[in-house]
This record gives sequence, C-alpha cells and structure tokens, in this order.
Amino acid sequence: MAHHRLASPPKETGLNRSVGRRKFLGYLIAAPTLVVAAELAREQVFGASEAFATIPSPPQTPEVYDLLDALRDAMRPTANLIRIEINKDGTVSFALPRSDNGQGIITSTQMIIAEEMDLDVDQVRVTLADARPELLFNQITGGSSTTFTTYTPIRVAAALAQGRLLEAGAQLLAQDVRTVTSRKGLILGAGGKSIPFSALAEKAATSTTQQVEVTLKARESFTVIGKAQNKTDARDIVTGRKVFATDLQIPDALPTVICRAPDLNGTPGSVKNLDDVRSMPGVTDVELVPTGVAVRARTFGQAIDAVNALKVSWKKGTVAGENDDSVLKRVKAAELPMAVPAGVGKTIDRSFTFYWASSSSLETNCCIADVRKDRAELWGPMKNPIAAQGDVAKICGLPVGAVTMHVTQGGGSFGRKLFYDAALEAAECSKAFGKPVKLMWSRADDSRQGRVHPLSTGRVRAQFNGDSVVSYEQRHTSVATQVNPGLGEPVSAAAVKAPLGNLTLSESIFELTQVTPYEFGVSTRFLNEVDLRFNTTSMRNIYSPNVATAREVMVDQLADAMGKDPYEFRRGFLKNDRLRGVLDAVAKEGRWGRSMKSGTAQGLGVHTEYKGVCAALVEIDCRPDTVNRPIREGVTGPRVTKVTFAVDIGLVINPRGLEAQMMGGINDAIALILTSSLHLDDGHFVEASWDNYFYTRQWNTPPELNIVIVESDAPEPGGAGEFGLAATCGAIANAYARATGTVPEYFPINHKDPFPFEPKPTVPPIPESPTNGLDFTY
Amino acid sequence: MGTHTFTLNGERVTVDVEDDVRLLWVIRDMLGVTGPKYGCGINVCKACTSHINGKAFNPCSVPVGAISSDDEVTTIEGLADGEKLHPMQEAWLDRDVAQCGYCQPGQIMAAVAKVRQCQEEGRDVDDDAIEEIRNICRCGTYNRIREAIKAGAENM
Repeated sequence: MAHHRLASPPKETGLNRSVGRRKFLGYLIAAPTLVVAAELAREQVFGASEAFATIPSPPQTPEVYDLLDALRDAMRPTANLIRIEINKDGTVSFALPRSDNGQGIITSTQMIIAEEMDLDVDQVRVTLADARPELLFNQITGGSSTTFTTYTPIRVAAALAQGRLLEAGAQLLAQDVRTVTSRKGLILGAGGKSIPFSALAEKAATSTTQQVEVTLKARESFTVIGKAQNKTDARDIVTGRKVFATDLQIPDALPTVICRAPDLNGTPGSVKNLDDVRSMPGVTDVELVPTGVAVRARTFGQAIDAVNALKVSWKKGTVAGENDDSVLKRVKAAELPMAVPAGVGKTIDRSFTFYWASSSSLETNCCIADVRKDRAELWGPMKNPIAAQGDVAKICGLPVGAVTMHVTQGGGSFGRKLFYDAALEAAECSKAFGKPVKLMWSRADDSRQGRVHPLSTGRVRAQFNGDSVVSYEQRHTSVATQVNPGLGEPVSAAAVKAPLGNLTLSESIFELTQVTPYEFGVSTRFLNEVDLRFNTTSMRNIYSPNVATAREVMVDQLADAMGKDPYEFRRGFLKNDRLRGVLDAVAKEGRWGRSMKSGTAQGLGVHTEYKGVCAALVEIDCRPDTVNRPIREGVTGPRVTKVTFAVDIGLVINPRGLEAQMMGGINDAIALILTSSLHLDDGHFVEASWDNYFYTRQWNTPPELNIVIVESDAPEPGGAGEFGLAATCGAIANAYARATGTVPEYFPINHKDPFPFEPKPTVPPIPESPTNGLDFTY
Repeated sequence: MGTHTFTLNGERVTVDVEDDVRLLWVIRDMLGVTGPKYGCGINVCKACTSHINGKAFNPCSVPVGAISSDDEVTTIEGLADGEKLHPMQEAWLDRDVAQCGYCQPGQIMAAVAKVRQCQEEGRDVDDDAIEEIRNICRCGTYNRIREAIKAGAENM
C-alpha cells in the first residue's frame, strides 16, 4: 500500500535520502569513563501539505508546524545535555529526563540505545532523572512528545559512544577500526578476538570535552527498532516489585492525608477539636496547611479516620453554589460567532456540550517530602519536576539547589501529573510538622478536588453546494484549561516563533494541534476559554477528543445531507493519501458497510495530529437487551462491540507499545462518549469514587479489538500517548447516531440520566472503608 | 490496641494495632508489603485484591480484627513459587499486559481466583466470566487482560 508523507522531507537532503546518514554533532565529555552527550544541530521545517482536488482549504498551522515541533524547538538549546555513560562494569546507562507513567518510554528508550550500540535491550539501563534545572524546559513529559523530541539526540549520543568503543577496541586488538564490530556489549575483532565494554569504559574516556561528528545507523540496518518488545519492567509489575512513590520506605515518612473542604478549592478556617484528633490512635501530628488540615499517622487508615473526625469551619470555594448549568451558561455566552450567516444556501448547524471528565489515575496524587531547615528532598511521579523544584524551594524558603526532586515511576497520568499539587502539599506538610511525610490524596479528594478535563461546547456550521462543501467553521469554547506550568513555558516560548506568532498561550496550543483534515473550502477554527476558577488539565489531550467528535459527527451529517456514504464521503474529501490510507485500512479490516442488525451500527472517525494519522471503525449495540443488561453498581448502556483502528504515526519504535497506547485511548474514548463524567453541583463535583465515575470496565470494553499499524516511510517517530482517542470518540458518536437515529447533543450520552448511585457526603470528606470485605470473596 | 497474628505469604506475622484498622494498611504501612495498592478504600476499584485462604478478597474492606490466626493471606508477592512464576503471571508477561502496572497486582490476583472459581463450578473462562471481574485499569489494558486470562487459564 502506498503512503505519502504529509510533511515534505528536509529540503537539503532530497526526497528519498534517509535521515540516518546525515551527520550530527555529539560531545565527548571529560570523565573517568566514557561519557557522551548530544545536541540537536539541525533545522527541519515541514513543508505545506500536498494539494488535492475539490475545493482546497489553505494549509492550517498544524500541517506546517505543530505542537511537537514547538516542544522540540523549545528544548533545542539544552538537548546537548542528554548523556549516556558506559560504566566500568560494561553496562550502558542513561537517566531519561522524562516521566514514565505507563506509556513505556523507558522501554522504547532502551530500544533506541540498544539499536545504535548493537546491544540487547536488557543491557541498557534507563532510569528517570531527578529534576535538573540546567535542562531548563527540557524535562517536561506532555503533548505525546517524548519519543519525537528525544529520538535523535539519544541516537547521536549512543552512536558516538559506539564509535569510541569501536576505536578503543580496535586499538587494543591492534586491528583496523573498519574491521571490528560490536555485539551484545563486546567489541569483536578478526580471528574471533573480543573485548567487553567493561575493559574499554575507561580507555575510551576523554580528559577534555570535545565536539565530534557522528553518523547514525541507517534505518535499513535496524534490528531492534520496529520489532515488538515487551515492557522491560513487566516482571517487576507482575511480581509486585515495581515501586511507586507510596511504596517507598523513606525513614520516618509516615502516612499523611489532608482533610479538605466540601466546596471545590474551599480553605480551612478554624478547627474545633484539634487536640482530640491529635490524641486519636496512631496519630502523630495535625496541623493547618493552605489547602486543608493535614494529619500524619502510623497508617493511612488511621490518618483517614482522623481526617473524618476533624470538625472544621470552612471558607467558601472558588465556585460556591454553582452547578453544570450555571457554568455552561457562562461558556455559551463566550462562544465566538460564525463568519457565514445561518441559512445562507444549504447550511447545517450542530452544537454539542462536552461535560467534565476526571483525569484521576489509579495512583492518586502523592508525594514523599522531607523538608529540613537547610534542604529538602522529595520523591514523586512528576512530569514537570523542574517547575516543581522551583515552587517547593519557594514554599520552604530554600535556594533551588537545596531542593532535590526524585522522579518516581507513576501509576498513570494522562496529563494530570504535569501538575504537582501533591509535591507542594507534601512540602507544606513536612514543613508544618517538621518531619518527613508520605502524602497521599484519598480517592474522594482525587476525584472531587483533583484536576479535571474542562466542560466545553463545540459548534460547527458547514455550507454545501452540489457536491462541494463551500465552508466549514468550528468553534470550541471551554472552561479554561490550565496549561501553565505543565506545557506553558516551552510552548509559549516556541509558539511566538511559529508561523502565526503572537497567539495567546491556549490559542497557540489549539492552533498548533487542531486541524480539519478535509477539503471543505473556507475553513476556520477558533477557540475561546473562560472561567479560571477550576483545577483543570489536559487529559490525554486538551482539545482533540472533543473537537474531533464535533467534527466527525458533522462530517457524517454532511454526508447524509449530500446523499453520500460516510466512508465514500470521507475518502473524497480527505486532504491526502496518507489519511485515505488509514481510512481504507479500517474500512477493509473492519468490513465497512457489512449488514448490521437493527439497533446496531458502524461508525467512522478520522484524525491527524502528532505527525500521524489514524482512523477508527466502531460497531455499537444499542438494543434494549444490551443497554439494560444488569451489572451491580455499574453503568452498562450501549456496548461498543468491535473497534478496528488504523494508525500511521511515522517510524514506529515499539509496535507492541504503540498498540498498547492505542488500546488505552480507545477505552478512554468509550468512557468519554458513553459512560463517564463529573457533575458539578452546589460548588463541588459529585463523583467521589469509581462507583460514581464510570470509567470503562471489562463489561464496557469491546470484545473485538483490532489495531492495524500502517507501514510508514516517515523518517521519524511521531507521538502516541494521546493519539487513540480523537478518531475513536468521533466513530463511537457516529455509530451511536446511526444505530439510534439520534445525533447526541451532549457527551457522555448518559450525563443527564438519573444518578445510578447515592451521592457520598462531602463532610466527612472521605467515605469510610467497609468492614464486610469477607462477604465478597470468590 | 490488640495483637494480631496471621500468615502472610507463607510467613507468620504479628502486629500490634487497633482491631478496626483495615488489613490493607496493616499489610502496606506496618508490614511493608506493597504489592496490593490503594485505589479507593471502599472495595470498588479492587487494586488491593489479594487472596485469603485461596479466595480473592479486598483487604481495604476487612478490619484486621476479623482475621484469625489460622488465616492465610497471599498478596501478589506470594503468588509465584520462588522464582517460578504462576501461569497467570507468565500469561501477563507473554501478552505484555501492563502499562503503568499500578492495578496489575490486583488484576492478576483477581484473574487467578476467577479461573479457580470457574474450574470449581465447571464453567468456561469466557467473556461472561471475565466481565464479572470488577478491577479497574485506568490505562485501559482490558483487552490484553482478557487475552491473558484465557491463556493463563489453560495452564492452571
């Protein structure tokens, strides 16, 4: 199957020349053993998309310069500090300045280094780097950018190390360097002679730092990259040995929980029974902190009991008395007008509301802090540890250099851990107690007070004439998504250099990520954000899942109005062959157009982002027997019975990891469209746990799932972490509309149904643990 | 304060703590066995799923006072036979199930118990049986979990 690149290759290298043979500059670093470093010394400006028939839309920003480019440009000045070390024991180690929350970037980084150095994957040690302020903006894990931004610098460093080891080995063997090779940590010479890396680590070292030119391995010689690799921490996971922040045994860091206000962002006034609570079993400390009343105890259970016993008078929160409707009214009032008036020629209008979604991961917000007079040390799953370090230093009144931030592997993030609320609170608590703390949010707090994906509206107006779509306008209006400090600095710094320049921060991200991949004539997309009183974050993307749902539903509506099949319509209007490639793949693999029973249907969705393209073909069952199937304390509703998903994300490092990320995105999409949302009521979010917030469960997940990785000749990897959602969201919404004959006006479709649960109280703040667990054994 | 003795992963353990402290915190905070995870504390997310006398249960919802001295509690750490993994753990590795891994100890312990239950009741380990498992995976690894359970069941 032929696939065209959306982006033109770098101009100076010609059409078919592999990026692998270009020269890069690396550094040999003065050190006792071999230490190498690399910087990005190249410019790669992506060309405009190829033009296609129908009425062409002018190129939109993401087609020439997208968020991944912005993030990479933001880190160019400091990428030279990415270092690989060859140790005396022959191991190769690298501290990745990123945060792994399950997306598999430790494994893929091991693969990249192993490839360049002819090692086995398990011969490379990759750890997560502590906060390194000298990296400036180059230690942020967000926007699905890790592999895209680190791929080349890591290769450059690894190739340089490999070259030095070959030279040192050749010298020791007294052979020509061109005749020696490397395999599994051995330098192999003629006549069966070999020398291990351990014998060369010091010999290959340098006493002066110097710049060296290096060539990377050619793609056609790859033996590791592109091969399915299981996660290298899998054995630790299945045996319970993988250590998360709250599993760490830091001396005297006792369990600490905060008693929080009933209102969102309410703050503590006075406490009536401090001394009583201080004398409860196991409790060591109780103190007021800015966000509530902190309790430190021997066990988390005792800390939670003490939190629930506290009698606190609370000050109002930031949205006291408000609810979904009052916030929605505010958002609707901020919707920007369309350029084309309604009712001119044949126009279709659609508007949608997307309700709050919780970014709460299974591991709740947590952090260990040990704050002393002259220094502080913290351990937590942080995607932005440099910014956290700066803020912790302020809280503690310490210089930044006196604060050490250890990045632990996280139990899921999906965007939330770009923020470091728990690190700041842990520092506050440790400072207040004068003792180390292991701070963990309760699930109720994580759900009600934790960051959310904001409520938003999507409006689309399209005008068509005969077989052409003349104009397509989309407006996305949202409660503000906080992008600072998570993405703020690098994006704002880089975005001003982007072609459109001078956009406000959120508008920049919207403009850099959102593209309408169809030739729909005059096409406009605008964002407006209001209301900064909420704790928000991206959640496997900021805008795309909502924007794509609105767009893909509208595409189906246009197809219907113009008398076309949704697949044929997309095929005709998609902007290029790469997009048509993934659409064709799902149509073929998923048997688009096959006969479906009444009450069931197929639906399609397409999306482009992260230097990639993807498509989803979903089958849904909306028949009453399925919708109403009984599950105790669960939401059933329509069942997505089959998903066929095709992705072309450029060069694939680890297909098994890529497939896993798409699978996760697909399960997220099911939750966003069909089952899970938060409800704002009387100034707080109602949902307090997983029996209120209905994330996808085994009984919701599709029994049939087929993920197709479409071969790509793109020279570089794109971004995968968030890419599975958008197309799937659109496809589910379309399948639902086709099965039921009703186009939803809000998502998830069950948001206005009566609660299938009794809301939990806000005072006391944490639901008491049951005592009847032994009644449910199996 | 009471003294509580039971068997944890084959070893006799004794702790001095109030009767109403839930077993999860005794295991994690006092005994330092951290495989079972906190995810909700109200027997909903099932991240702490372990076995009591061979059956799946959630220690977040059992007071330590309800555990008797002849009870045998097994966490994920006690599932393998030394370095020889349980067939379900092997299936998890083979299918590369885990992403972040936080919920996976509970998922595996639930899967083992569900397969044993099906075998005892003469039922197939099919989609219906797997959909009785309530453990949440926020990374969305459900599809690989289903494959792994079916594969692991064949070797149990």
